[in-house]
Amino acid sequence: MSTPFYVSPQQAMADRAEYARKGIARGRSVVVLQYADGIVFVAENPSRALHKVSEIYDRIAFAAVGKYNEFENLRIGGVRYADLRGYTYARTDVTARGLANVYAQTLGTIFSSAAEKPYEVELIVAEVGEGPEDDQIYRLPHDGSIVDEHGSVAVGGNSDQIGSYLEQRHRDGMALAEALKLAVGSLSRDSNGGERSLTADQLEVAVLDRTRPQQRKFKRVLGRQLSRLLEEGGTSASAGETSDGDSSGESSASEE
Amino acid sequence: MEANTRSTGRLPAAFLTPGSSSFMDFLSEHAPEQLPGNRPLPPVKGAVEAPHGTTIVAVTFPGGVVLAGDRRATMGNMIAQRDIEKVFPADEYSAVGIAGTAGLAVEMVRLFQLELEHFEKVEGAQLSLEGKANRLSTMIRGNLGMAMQGLAVIPLFAGYDVGRDRGRIFSYDVTGGRSEEQGFAAVGSGSVFARGSLKKLHRDDLSEQQAATVVVQALYDAADDDSATGGPDLVRRIYPVVTVITEDGFRRLTEEEVAEIARSVHDGRLQSPNGPQAPVL
Repeated sequence: MSTPFYVSPQQAMADRAEYARKGIARGRSVVVLQYADGIVFVAENPSRALHKVSEIYDRIAFAAVGKYNEFENLRIGGVRYADLRGYTYARTDVTARGLANVYAQTLGTIFSSAAEKPYEVELIVAEVGEGPEDDQIYRLPHDGSIVDEHGSVAVGGNSDQIGSYLEQRHRDGMALAEALKLAVGSLSRDSNGGERSLTADQLEVAVLDRTRPQQRKFKRVLGRQLSRLLEEGGTSASAGETSDGDSSGESSASEE
Repeated sequence: MEANTRSTGRLPAAFLTPGSSSFMDFLSEHAPEQLPGNRPLPPVKGAVEAPHGTTIVAVTFPGGVVLAGDRRATMGNMIAQRDIEKVFPADEYSAVGIAGTAGLAVEMVRLFQLELEHFEKVEGAQLSLEGKANRLSTMIRGNLGMAMQGLAVIPLFAGYDVGRDRGRIFSYDVTGGRSEEQGFAAVGSGSVFARGSLKKLHRDDLSEQQAATVVVQALYDAADDDSATGGPDLVRRIYPVVTVITEDGFRRLTEEEVAEIARSVHDGRLQSPNGPQAPVL
């Protein structure tokens, strides 16, 4: 019988972290930005059915990059956690902070447990407040740490470059079309410095809009409305559809 | 049962088990004591005294459905509450009105709303109207033990069927038996009188406004003959809850809108106390 090789704990953790980071870096990025009326989520995602951005609760949304089955599992766990908490106490007692904590504990335990492979995911949990100063955005890397973010944040492959691009250009109180333009601009930059053009079909966009009259502030921005917003922001992207004003998202875009 | 009670703080396995999109299934696995039907009842003799809600009526019209309820809750001979609300939105395209034990009914509605919302969030799509109606059936059936001790809850479920482009009404019995109603329906202690009234007033070509008036007339007739149903209270300004569900979703009529209907119904009754007359032949 052979004795197993000795691996130092530092080495073991470094290996696991590298494994997770490599998995995450393979995927396309997601960016999250604060704008005047809330928080906008933009992902490069050609699929209409498999979402990277989803609703968790009234004011809370979730965005993720990495391995689909792993973050989908965490998303459903989050929806169950939020719904159970809201059912046990009250709807206002469900907070992004609580949810981020549970996610961090879950990711951290899995990361440091030798019996499980580390999750190759990076999550964002965001909650829209009554005003921009009450908005909360938490970034949760694969190892169970939490980073409290403000203004703009990017996760996924190439996130460092996209993050610094956003940080230089993002300011408080941007209109939705403007923020969307910035987000699409950041996503369309390649790591080697080139630019691709992203059309509405390749984007998954959702907002947490504090001006929505409904209790649930999450809304996907789809089809015509998305094309119109992209045109308004003046990007090259368009889905080739004509725009005629109808849906509710317009109000937030026109308050410039 | 809180998620965060384990020493590690990690989400327990039940939260991360893939498969079910139902919040009730999740509850029964993770926190069964939180399900309304799962609480053991102490043995009691006779019926338990608790506030009861009474009459709910629904009427379809081309393009939607109207669901309305009176505002009275009674406990034996006593009026327990004058301004109780018994009609609730279930989700964007459906509403539920409940007659029976008020406390249990409110809890059941809360769980039902959550069940629909949970499914929508997990699946990314809404349940069909039939699916929603069936979920409600299951919940009523879960309450059978309580119902046999006199704490029954009987809902009336109405919604707009997006697939078929029309309003539909489902009524239930105490065992969870579900049946679709054509045109109109009523449940609760005043339902006998309300149904008689609806039978004479309902037509297939009602407008939304007319349908709203018809339900207020029916509730007025129910209150006229049933002591447990409250009529429009013009003195205290307590009016029935009237909700409309159409292609545009759920809408509750504002107090002013209902007040206007109630006042015109009341004025009509000053001329003929028995309400509108139907032709003999």
